[in-house]
Parts: sequence; structure tokens; C-alpha cells
Amino acid sequence: MSSAYMDNNATTRVDPRVLETILPYFSEYYGNPSSMHSFGGDVGKRLEEARASVQALLGVEHDSEIIFTSCGTESDNTAILSALAIQPSRREIITSVVEHPAILSLCDHLERHEGYKVHYIPVDRLGRISMEAYAAALSEQVAVVSMMYANNETGTIFPVETMARMAKEKGALFHTDAVQAVGKIALNMQESAIDMLSLSGHKLHAPKGIGALYVRRGTRYRPMLRGGHQERGRRAGTENTTGIIALGLAADMALEHMEYENTVVRALRDRLEAGILAQVPYAFANGDPEHRLPNTASISFEYIEGEAILMLLSRVGIAASSGSACTSGSLEPSHVLRAMDIPYTAAHGTIRFSLSRETTEAEVDLVIAQTPPIIEQLRRLSPYWGANGPILTDNAFAPVYA
Amino acid sequence: MWDYTDKVKDLFFNPKNTGVLEEANAVGEVGSISCGDALRLMLKVDPDTDVILDARFQTFGCGSAIASSSALTELIKGKTLDEALKITNQDIAEFLGGLPPEKMHCSVMGAEALHAAIANYRGEEWADDHEEGALVCKCFAIDSALIEKVARENHLSTVEEITFYTKAGGGCQSCHEQIEDILAAVNGSAPLPVVAAKPAAKAAPAPMTMVQKIQKISAVIDEMRPQFQMDGGNIELVDVDGDTVMVAMSGSCMNCQSSGITISGIQERLMLTLGRPVRVVPASMPQAVGV
Ligand SMILES: Cc1ncc(COP(=O)(O)O)c(C=O)c1O
Ligand code: FES
Repeated sequence: MSSAYMDNNATTRVDPRVLETILPYFSEYYGNPSSMHSFGGDVGKRLEEARASVQALLGVEHDSEIIFTSCGTESDNTAILSALAIQPSRREIITSVVEHPAILSLCDHLERHEGYKVHYIPVDRLGRISMEAYAAALSEQVAVVSMMYANNETGTIFPVETMARMAKEKGALFHTDAVQAVGKIALNMQESAIDMLSLSGHKLHAPKGIGALYVRRGTRYRPMLRGGHQERGRRAGTENTTGIIALGLAADMALEHMEYENTVVRALRDRLEAGILAQVPYAFANGDPEHRLPNTASISFEYIEGEAILMLLSRVGIAASSGSACTSGSLEPSHVLRAMDIPYTAAHGTIRFSLSRETTEAEVDLVIAQTPPIIEQLRRLSPYWGANGPILTDNAFAPVYA
Repeated sequence: MWDYTDKVKDLFFNPKNTGVLEEANAVGEVGSISCGDALRLMLKVDPDTDVILDARFQTFGCGSAIASSSALTELIKGKTLDEALKITNQDIAEFLGGLPPEKMHCSVMGAEALHAAIANYRGEEWADDHEEGALVCKCFAIDSALIEKVARENHLSTVEEITFYTKAGGGCQSCHEQIEDILAAVNGSAPLPVVAAKPAAKAAPAPMTMVQKIQKISAVIDEMRPQFQMDGGNIELVDVDGDTVMVAMSGSCMNCQSSGITISGIQERLMLTLGRPVRVVPASMPQAVGV
């Protein structure tokens, strides 16, 4: 059966070249890079090469500015906790309402259990951050600002450079969760005002369980994990050697494909989006059309529910994901869509298609061909949908509890 | 994705009795688009015999909501209204071969639509006593609204009491932090520091003898028994065969939990205590649950 993997914002396939490169480091060169014997082979050297590759991808000046971690979540947590630890007198945090749970759950915890004041900056209907609210929240009380570079659900890109410069004026540290941006947006940390940046390997064709945190030289730092001297004592624990080597190679390849992502992948995404919207009424794309990741399409299908769409897509070989509640077990649709004030009629039926450099024309064609009949089929089942479209009249479906 | 049974998938992919029933003389509508699921149930009832001649549905919702609606129509066709009223959400879940705990609300919605439709036919007012909040305890499918209500009405302040009253927290214990937060909100205090509840028998998992194992299992079941007795039920250990634990349950469960959920709660708790995977199966239940 033909299939289409359209869930690359959730995770990507490990590139076959990456896989091939790291296998010997499981079976032959398995020594600890800190050991004196040779079972480590050239592992120590390979780790430093990997660091240089990540450095190049981010446009970082010094290799000591890259700390390898276990995932994007660890990088996010480390950055915020470090920023708070070094500025004990500043008791406020600024973030956005649409961050990943890796930031939001931590902020919620800090607010409720550690007495921090957290400013959650709202977004508009296109997912754009309110710069007015941000400017108003900034003060000398703020220890750290954490704003995602690009949103994982809609692909909307925040003006993080401007925001970082504004934070600097108040002496606040600026962190960005760039997990979705790295490899899709060209970065140059040497010319940036950003102090800390998180990335995750599995979003750019490296394996799961490897991440990195960039910390600008001169930024004071407190480790989250204490123990051995690894990563210059800034992240203790024996190195995930295979993960780091993989991330290095994946970073090289991401840099090589940056142009491709922003031309070919973007064109495929645009074709997919237009192809579906041309056929399906009462559907619309989410996010900021002007500033959006090249690979992400978030489409809301009104009057039906996302999990049901995903199950039917999955049956015809299409893997996507939804902003719907039902996939996560909660009853609320995604916090991102709600923050954007997407009406409930549409938020529950929102599907995210996310492409990668591996996505083919044929996959896009499959999605364009299969999606419209699935939407139609579910609408025929929906009490909110009549013979000729949504039922909007007064005697429409009005159940007992709302 | 969810671990749906084949029956759920089958009734979702090939739903039965969908669409508008033109000759309907009883209609029940529950749910709302903001909740993420809504169901309109349409019945054609024979006015002389009260027999449900035909039933159809329209559902906005996830896979299990559509499957539950379909199951409901299959269950009630040919029954009299009084017979149909005996159908509970557990019957719907059972017809589907079980639902994930987080999805039990779909079967509840089905049962509610049925009651609403019959009330509509009889010209009665159907009042919804439905309360819904974020799902807190996945082991026992208890939401925040219920925990809050019970805590408020009974002046509860510890997780243990909440478990005693609602079962929430009685399984894998992973919801304890959330329960503590709810309690703190209800009691208007800062959350108490997480007290190491009970040292959850973490001792090195040295190979246990069969006798030790049975002792541990029966201790857990003894510990959980009061919760069942609160609901007028009981639970007994019947047999242990390797990693399969057989229990007999009687009486009813609180609210809308099926025996399936209760069992998964016990199972989680046993795994936590024993530090190894076990499977809990109901031993022959003379008359199972029935709320
Ligand atoms: C924006 C964003 N931040 C953080 C993460 C978490 O990354 P990881 O899975 O490596 O912990 C993700 C991944 O889902 C993400 O999309
Ligand atoms: S989730 Fe509450 S005990 Fe398992």
C-alpha cells in the first residue's frame, strides 16, 4: 500500500547515512570517551567533530557554547532553571501562551510551587505574538524570557531577535525553544541577541534522546545535572556517544538541505495545502502565512473531530496528527489553537501535516486525493452538517448541555 | 494512537444506523461542539407496544464516540423502552469489547442520549447531571470536577481520603500530584509538600517466593477493599497463576466506571507493589457490575 508520512514535526526518520555511521559505535567502539584504553576508538574526537557540526548549523563562534543534553525538553528545563538560579533577586518569567509543554509545564510549576510570577504573552488569530503585551511585561524584575522560535502546531515564527534585544535592555536573559526551527531556518548565533537556544535531534533526522543547548559565552550558567566532568561539568553523565555523533552528522546534512527545505519542501507544502483547500469547503489553514515554517500545514476542518479524521487517514496509509483533544485524552482542544481563538467548531477538527526533505510528490498527491472524501464521509455523520453544508439556523442541533 | 478493540474499529470504520431518521418520534441530543463530542439519537417507537422499531444517530466526535453511538443503536433496536432504559454505559462499553479509560465518557454520552430520547418521547424533562472536568485519575477514570465536589462536600484534605471516597489515586499513583493540587485549591492552602506516601515496596526486587507474592497481592487487595465496600461491593483474591491474578468482584462501582477500569486500577497498583508486570483478570463473576 502506498503511504505518506506527514508527521515530521512529531519526529523524523533517522537518516540512513546517520544510522550507518553510528552503528559501529554501539558494537566496536563502545568504550567510554573518558577511559584511557582504546575501546573508545576515536570516539572523543568524533564527539568534538559533532560539536563543531552543531556549531556550524547554529552559526556559533565557540565550541564551548554547545552543551549536549538528552532532548529538547531537558535543554528547555536547563535553560530556564539556570537563568533563575543565577539571578535570585529577579522573580518573574515571560513566555508565550503557545509554548510546548516542555516550557509551559515548567513555568506552571515554578509559578505554583516556587513563587515566581509568570507572564504568558497572548497571540492573535494568526498565532502572532502580541508585542505590546510583551513590551508591557518586560521589566527589571524579569529573570528570563523564553519564546519559541517556531510553533510546532502551526509553524508560526516569532520575531525572536527583536524580542531578545528588547529583553537585553532590561537585563533579562533570553532563551528560545528552537526545536522546530533548527534545520529549517538559517541561524547565526554570532550576530544574535539570543542567550540560550534549545534543539532536539529527532526533529532533524537524528535519533530520539539527543538534544543540545546553546549557551552564549559569558552567560552565567548553573547545571541541572551534577556529577562527572562531562560537557565541562555543565551536563554530567556519560555522553550519549552514538546520539551525539548522529546529531553531528544530521546537523551537517541539515545545513546542506537548508535551501532545499525552503524551496522544494515549501513548494510541496504549499501544493498540499492548496490542493486540499480547493476541494474542501469550510476548511482553512492556520498560522501566519507571512512567517511560517516551510514544512508545516495546519488545516482546520469544521464540524468534525480530529481523531476520527486521523483514524480514517491512517487506514489509507497517511500519518498526520491533530490538535484535537481526543488524541491526548483531555477534553479540550490544543492550547495553541484555543490561544489563537480558533472557534471550537474548527479547533476539534484541526489536522497538522508536517513534511520533511524526505517527503515525495507522490506522498503529497496521496494526501490531496484521500483527504477530501474522508472529510465528506465524517461530515455526513455529523449532527452539525446538513445536506448542503453546516446547519446554522435557529432550530439547529441544540443539545441539552453545552 | 489509542489501543481500540477490533470491535470499536469495525464500528467506527463501518458504522451502522447512521444519518437522519425521518420518521423519528423520539430524539435525544447530548454533548456540545465545545466538549468535542455531541450525539443526536433518533428513535422510531411503536406507540402501541413501546418497541423501538428503528434507531439512527449522528455524531460529532472521535472514533470511540462514533463506535459507541453505533453500538447503542444496535443494542436498543427491537427492545421496548423499559428494556432499553436498563442499558447502561457499561453495556455499551462491553458491547465494544472495552474502551480505554480516557474514552469511557463516550459510552456515558451514549447512555445519556438514550435517556434523553426516551424522556423526549414521554414528554418528560431530561435533566443532565453530567459534570465534566479534566481527567485526573486515568486508572479509575475520575475527573477533576468529581474530586473537587467530593473534597468540598466531605471536607477532605488528603489524597488518601480522596482515594477512599472516589478511588482516584488508588492505582498507579501517578495522579497524586494533581489530586494534591486540587485539594490545595479546595482547601485554600498552599499544596502540602509531597510526602513520600507509602514507601512503595521498592526494596531490591529479589526473587519472591510464591507465598511472599501471594501475601503481597492479598495485602494490596485488602488495602483496596474498603473502596469497593463503600460502593456496596467487594473484591476477593481467587487465585494467582504465575503473573496472572484472578479476582472476584461483586456489587456496583461508583459512577460510570466499568469493571474493566477497576481492574486496570488494581493491576497498576499490584505492578507498583510487586515491581513486575502482572495481569489481573476477573474470575467468573456471577452477576457482574450494574449501576
Ligand atoms: C517546540 C518543541 N519544543 C520541545 C519539544 C520537546 O523535544 P524532545 O522531544 O526532544 O524533548 C518539542 C517536541 O515535540 C517541540 O516541538
Ligand atoms: S492515574 Fe490515578 S491511580 Fe493511576
